[in-house]
Amino acid sequence: MAEKPLAADGLSPQQLLDLYRKMVIIRRADQEALNLQRQGELGLWGQFLGQEATQVGATVAMESTDWIVPSYREFGMAMCRGIDPGEMLGYFRGLTHGPWDPRRYRFLPFTISVATQVPHAVGFAMGCRLEGSREVVLCVFGDGATSEGDWHEAMNFAGVFQAPVVFLCQNNQWAISVPLRRQTAGSIAERAQGYGFAGVRIDGNDVLAVFSAVRSAADRARRGEGPSLIEAVTYRMGAHTSADDPTRYRLDSDLAPWSSRDPIETYAAWLRSQALLDEGQADSIDAEAEGMAEAMRGKLRRLPLPSPAASLFDRVYHDPPASFLKEREEFEATLEPVE
Amino acid sequence: MPVLNIREALNQALREEMIRDEKVFLLGEDIGLYDGSFKVTRGLYKEFGERRVLDTPIAEEIIVGTAIGAAMAGLRPVAEMMTVNFILVAIDQVVNAAAHIHYMFGGGVKVPLVIRAPGGGGHQLGAQHSHSHENWFAHVPGLKVVAPGTPADAKGMLKAAIRDDNPVMFIENEGTYGVKGDVPEGEHLVPLDRNEIKREGDDLTICAYSRMLVVAMDAARDLEADGISAEVVDMRALRPLDMGPALESVRKTGRVITVEEGWRSFGVGAEIASRIYEEAFDDLDAPVARLGSAEVPTPYNKRLEKITFPGKADVVVTARALLGRN
Repeated sequence: MAEKPLAADGLSPQQLLDLYRKMVIIRRADQEALNLQRQGELGLWGQFLGQEATQVGATVAMESTDWIVPSYREFGMAMCRGIDPGEMLGYFRGLTHGPWDPRRYRFLPFTISVATQVPHAVGFAMGCRLEGSREVVLCVFGDGATSEGDWHEAMNFAGVFQAPVVFLCQNNQWAISVPLRRQTAGSIAERAQGYGFAGVRIDGNDVLAVFSAVRSAADRARRGEGPSLIEAVTYRMGAHTSADDPTRYRLDSDLAPWSSRDPIETYAAWLRSQALLDEGQADSIDAEAEGMAEAMRGKLRRLPLPSPAASLFDRVYHDPPASFLKEREEFEATLEPVE
Repeated sequence: MPVLNIREALNQALREEMIRDEKVFLLGEDIGLYDGSFKVTRGLYKEFGERRVLDTPIAEEIIVGTAIGAAMAGLRPVAEMMTVNFILVAIDQVVNAAAHIHYMFGGGVKVPLVIRAPGGGGHQLGAQHSHSHENWFAHVPGLKVVAPGTPADAKGMLKAAIRDDNPVMFIENEGTYGVKGDVPEGEHLVPLDRNEIKREGDDLTICAYSRMLVVAMDAARDLEADGISAEVVDMRALRPLDMGPALESVRKTGRVITVEEGWRSFGVGAEIASRIYEEAFDDLDAPVARLGSAEVPTPYNKRLEKITFPGKADVVVTARALLGRN
């Protein structure tokens, strides 16, 4: 990355620096959340270490009025949308089901079932278009999701109906313990051709490449030119989740080539070579990330405990039917201490 | 009051709601130019165009998934499954997504979605096209499940379902599309959580819904001629299950038959019977009798198929046995 890439055109020095800042901050949040999980403060944590460039580049490339439909590993994207990380951790601690307002941040709920969200993204985009808006949907999933039937059906549908969606595959090359070669025999990006739209394979560790690809795809969708598929090749440097131990199926030597392609370090080196980042700025960003981590930890610990019956029964239905309220009353009665 | 069949009543409901609310749109297989496999969407493509009546690829999972996405975006999609049998490939979207998204995100998004799915057998379509799966969906919190058996209810419940802010499984029955009855014009809404006594009687209670409601009403007429007064309770609201009218009836008659078209095991009748035992055990003069399909895949042979499902004669014989009249 010695030469200034084409993708940087159109981004101001401040914007270029901000990409770095965002990557540093979300990595610090990821690390802090993993620590909190290890300390017993969170139920589960899914690291995104190594995927910061894809998450930051893609989020920044979308308009603020566009929608993002995530899987479960897009915590960094949610932070880039301005959602409070401490509040979000309440979700992983099991304190709340709704840590942010999806309409305010235009960021839909995390989806746990693999690929389930891909059809939703298509429907959401078609819905936006039906309402006459120019909004585009960024749909994010991993390489494992591309094996699911939902994924195929969604691609086909999006092609047929020219849905304004940018499909972003964070190909981190692992689906828990199954490597990409056991997931997919061919190319993910090239499949787009069979669905009648453009597919491109990019370096997911290059934040500018991600920004550029996602921005062009979003522009095409906005112009009514239909969906695109972007396969951002990156690497899951950590475990699948905190419940996983990758040393059982992965060698240290597998990681080595990717350690040397760290998205933050390579981008920092390029910024320095362009005189866009100096030590003072780097230190100040590190300090900001440290402050964020502390605030996140503090916020998490201050989140209130929910009341059992309310958190169990509220929101099962939008407008609870009478018989359902009766069930709730009966349940609440069982919670009272026996005399 | 105009007389319509259920097909026409459903069509009227869709049309009225599409006129009333621009956010309502339809999607499904062959529902547009072809007017739907059972012609429920007849004329709607012509009237509203392809923007609001979407002919989709053959892919039930994405039909439901797309509808969920559009519902989250603020629209009111009505998805048609060509038959309820085909929704099995989409059950992940129905159960894991539609039913749970509102809860799992603390109410941050809602899913105002209707899935219309005709089920039932009797048309010599074989085991894979003759299922009744309403109990599968009635098992799941977060869903509403209704199965009307009269034209007026079909219209009123479909209109209410479209306006409801929850995902609603709207179970139709291929064998009832031609059933005729009075249907109020215009604004006619039937609540999704209210069951109803459709015929009054004193000697026993028959709980039925959808096509079996028609069978139960026929049986009740035959029983009347036989000097037996049967009360018929329409169990059209399956989830949430409104037991009010059934319990009220049981307290009067002391004897109950449940009739469903699907298999009895883990079925709707089993649920109704349990609730009756829990709430009205002392009012019972006999155990609850359950009628349902023979516990076999539906046969293709026409005569075998006919004897697989409960019919009027089965209800009559069971009623007489319950009353010691055989």
